[in-house]
Amino acid sequence: MSTVPFEVVVARHGALVLRVVRAVLGTVDADDAWSETFLAALRAYPDLPADANVEAWLVTIAHRKAIDVVRATGRRAVPVAEPPDRAHPDRADGRDLGGTAAAARRAGADGIARLRRTYPDVLPGGTP
Amino acid sequence: MTTPHDTLAGAFAVGSADLARLHARLAGVAAEEGLLDVAYRTLDSPVGALLVAVTPVGVVRVAFAGEGHDVVLQDLADRIGPRVLESPAAVDGTARQLEDYFAGRRREIDVPLDWRLAAGFRLTVLHHLATDVPHGTTVSYAGLAALAGNPRAVRAVGTACATNPLPLVVPCHRIVRSDGAAGSYRGGVQAKRVLLDLEARAPLGP
Repeated sequence: MSTVPFEVVVARHGALVLRVVRAVLGTVDADDAWSETFLAALRAYPDLPADANVEAWLVTIAHRKAIDVVRATGRRAVPVAEPPDRAHPDRADGRDLGGTAAAARRAGADGIARLRRTYPDVLPGGTP
Repeated sequence: MTTPHDTLAGAFAVGSADLARLHARLAGVAAEEGLLDVAYRTLDSPVGALLVAVTPVGVVRVAFAGEGHDVVLQDLADRIGPRVLESPAAVDGTARQLEDYFAGRRREIDVPLDWRLAAGFRLTVLHHLATDVPHGTTVSYAGLAALAGNPRAVRAVGTACATNPLPLVVPCHRIVRSDGAAGSYRGGVQAKRVLLDLEARAPLGP
């Protein structure tokens, strides 16, 4: 049994690998993981046994590469000396947001409503 | 029956445009990093769809549609290495020269060649063909056997032509029978006629 050209591997399994990495990462970061998966597979391909389960092999690599991307994204977050364990209660204007997610959403909605009044043409659904 | 893959397929529909874009990016990086045994592309021509394959050394294979491009790619994977990927950018220089040749703007395909798919007397024959039989001329099987240093090896010259891994680039279409008939050709007799007519029409130019 001979090893098929790598082109055939990409054609057969490219869509599945993209679904796997999108399932982990969403659409935006998935492209990098897809590329890393097939570059790693390409490097190792000559040593892959001819009777190997290529699909399972690729899915394993894809999971690993997707997790690498998750970790790399985490590392890019700005480090702080003391990570906050709750939302900051103070605002510059002295109003208390209450530190809850619901309050944050309300504040966001207020801000958008104010923007709509100021720029009625630029925000969708904002025609008065 | 619903498999996990079906569920994934439903939740994360994948477009062919996405895959084409990702493939192009992969091919670019792979070629750049020297990860490919063989890069290839296909192009349309007056003698049908041509497959052009290159290694880091040079052009290694030109194949006609009649040979079955899938069969040829598998053969390249077996004989050179399985890291075979469609990578148009790696082959564009050769493709452009071929297009100029078919348009009558160019006489010879002048690109680095990888001769590894030919050996022995056949390789000697192809070397002479590449250097001693210019555009617009023809040579007989016997004449080429003499050029290659073995006038009696007419049949071997026929075999060298029939197994030429680099048709068009190494012009085995310029070998004709002593009685003036075109003789057989890897791309078919009709393709041979097309090429001889093309070169007869446009014998001049740089």
